[in-house]
Amino acid sequence: MAKKNTILICNGAACISSGEERIKEKLINKLSEKNLTEEVDIIETGCMGPCQFGPLMIVYPEGSFYIKLNEDKIARIVEEHLLKGRPVKEFTWATPESRRIGEEKKQLPFFEKQFKIVLSNCGRIDPDSIEEYIGTGGYEALGKVINEMTPEQVIDEIYKSGLRGRGGAGFPTGLKWKFAREASGNEKYVICNGDEGDPGAFMDRSICEGDPHAVIEGMEIAGYAIGANQGYIYIRAEYPLAVKRLQNSIQQAKKYGLLGKNIFGSSFNFDIEIRMGAGAFVCGEETALIASVEGKRGMPRPRPPFPANHGLWDKPTIINNVETLANIRHIIIKGSNWFNSIGTEKSKGTKVFALSGKVNNTGLVEVPMGITIKELIFNIGGGIPNNKKFKAVQIGGPSGGCIPENSIDVPVDYESLTNLGVIMGSGGLIVLDEDNCMVNMAKFFLDFTVDESCGQCIPCRAGLRQMYNILNRITRGKGELEDIDRLEKLSNIIKKTSLCGLGQTAPNPILTTLKTFRDEYIEHIVEKKCRAHVCRFEDAEVKDKDEKILKVS
Amino acid sequence: MVNIKIPDNPQYQALTLTLKTLKRKRGPTIEALHRAQEIFGYIPEEAMYLISKELGVPVSTIYGIVTFYHFFRTESIAKYLVNICQGTACHVKGADKILRIVSDELGIKVGETTPDNLFTLSTARCFGCCGLAPVMIVNEDIYGNLTEEKAVEVLREYKKKEENN
Ligand SMILES: Cc1cc2nc3c(=O)[nH]c(=O)nc-3n(C[C@H](O)[C@H](O)[C@H](O)COP(=O)(O)O)c2cc1C
Ligand code: FES
Repeated sequence: MAKKNTILICNGAACISSGEERIKEKLINKLSEKNLTEEVDIIETGCMGPCQFGPLMIVYPEGSFYIKLNEDKIARIVEEHLLKGRPVKEFTWATPESRRIGEEKKQLPFFEKQFKIVLSNCGRIDPDSIEEYIGTGGYEALGKVINEMTPEQVIDEIYKSGLRGRGGAGFPTGLKWKFAREASGNEKYVICNGDEGDPGAFMDRSICEGDPHAVIEGMEIAGYAIGANQGYIYIRAEYPLAVKRLQNSIQQAKKYGLLGKNIFGSSFNFDIEIRMGAGAFVCGEETALIASVEGKRGMPRPRPPFPANHGLWDKPTIINNVETLANIRHIIIKGSNWFNSIGTEKSKGTKVFALSGKVNNTGLVEVPMGITIKELIFNIGGGIPNNKKFKAVQIGGPSGGCIPENSIDVPVDYESLTNLGVIMGSGGLIVLDEDNCMVNMAKFFLDFTVDESCGQCIPCRAGLRQMYNILNRITRGKGELEDIDRLEKLSNIIKKTSLCGLGQTAPNPILTTLKTFRDEYIEHIVEKKCRAHVCRFEDAEVKDKDEKILKVS
Repeated sequence: MVNIKIPDNPQYQALTLTLKTLKRKRGPTIEALHRAQEIFGYIPEEAMYLISKELGVPVSTIYGIVTFYHFFRTESIAKYLVNICQGTACHVKGADKILRIVSDELGIKVGETTPDNLFTLSTARCFGCCGLAPVMIVNEDIYGNLTEEKAVEVLREYKKKEENN
């Protein structure tokens, strides 16, 4: 018998912490109280996106999107909607227009501008069920490549799609695979980078928790393409739920013969092991990550040699980001031309962003490349709360920078962002309003990179520390105008001479804020004033990060 | 090698058993440390020696790894680990104020434990629920959209629970 209603409850991390478990229990109890258990299907899904409004659920067939649920609301929804068939409008997230149209979700500005490829299953299927994944066409792409395509054809298809790495640098994925395919040796590895160390970013977490099989399928296809039989997923220990879901998915896939030996009855073998990180930002950098997978301290090393030739255990290895891998199956099934038609000239497809900070709708969104920052923040994000004034948006985390108001019409693609001096990064977008101080933000990021520097190379280890000390002085009203020159000089040296990406990008937040918010720096130095009222000048004691290190002159 | 006595109790027996299977894997050290921290709540010196012995990795290397990664602790923790996110999203929403008030409420600084051994105060860089910033985690329970008042209230609930026990 077909069930009368299907309920999707968001089981993403944010909703869990807003009390999803309690809501689900209440729902189950209430349903059985009303003898409705047989008529309603409850599916727990991954992140639906609008985390701000959790706990969330959608009731089908009406598509009523209930937000900010509590136990009383559940009781009413069961009695009114599920028993009598009358959706409780005042509990749904809807605009007047969307109320008129049947499916509310589609009409909300938050969803309207989104385009879901990677997140197409997140919030729609039960991530713990391989059957549901297969029901959405899961593992079809793997079957197709094994049965119908040569590894070279797979690489060619990915190359033609224009897919670029979503982990930060935007390197063409097809090309990376080609190098690894052509590297000599028959022991090769695929590593999935799920380190996501950039604070304020939760895209990869949500993908691993919401659609774990897509990551596994992407890795298997990569393995087939480059000729690897072993993959590793490197994931943060801070994401226990993602680890659990991935582990469960690996076991399910093995049971179905979709992972392990003789996949789809072919001679292709591929196995996946999970390795947990241990809280070191630098381990997101690929050579450090390799060291960490090997069980060592996560120290980066100079490149070349690149991992495609000398990677894990010195064997040819590709490292791809979670989101990059989650795109693969869609490209294989729908074709490179389809993927190629989305986005801008040089940046194809979509990008997942994590919206947070001073914005009304925080959460997870996926948009076509080329959308403007303004649309992201003001349409999808719903603008700035409490009638405050937008100031800037921080993109790319500690390696990125700030985009000020006069640049928010810029399209989101790799080149346009690089031209602004920022980077796409992995997709964290943190919105700042007039109550945030830009000098304080710069100091905040340096505090982070100083702590996370692995300490091997001097520019990064000692230089960043000096920059931090200078910024610390400025934010305490002890700065001098020459400090600004010192910051710029140090930034340029550190960018040019650091060993790895961490040091090479760490000055970005300072350089981008110095460019547009120079007057704020000067205000702090000359007038001892912080217009956002964040910095405190009264307690005058200035402690340096490490007193023992010599001061710059 | 320093003569260090490895205690013979169920915890160390469990670790020894885990190490026997881990040994077969390639590069198992970090995983071994994760298991040890799961068992003890932190990584005691004796555990480092045991791992060193079982995996055949110098104890200096193990110590180097433990101190490199923020996730590993070398001090025991109290019953409740209060972890306050200082990540970017939480920072812009006033996470420093939350930290200050919690520190005042508990009367300890970051890294310290209250004399009654109930709370250890710690900070983290992003739990990945930035949509709910500012965020605090007590053991496994996540508290989001915090205000200073709400944070204090949460801690007092824990205290009350303990008093009633
Ligand atoms: C300091 C630093 C941190 C990084 N952190 C991450 C990360 O958390 N996740 C990620 O996917 N890539 C990260 N990267 C980029 C990786 O080194 C690598 O370029 C990426 O994983 C490649 O995958 P892609 O081509 O699919 O993007 C980081 C790079 C640097 C320099
Ligand atoms: S920055 Fe605090 S949870 Fe992400």
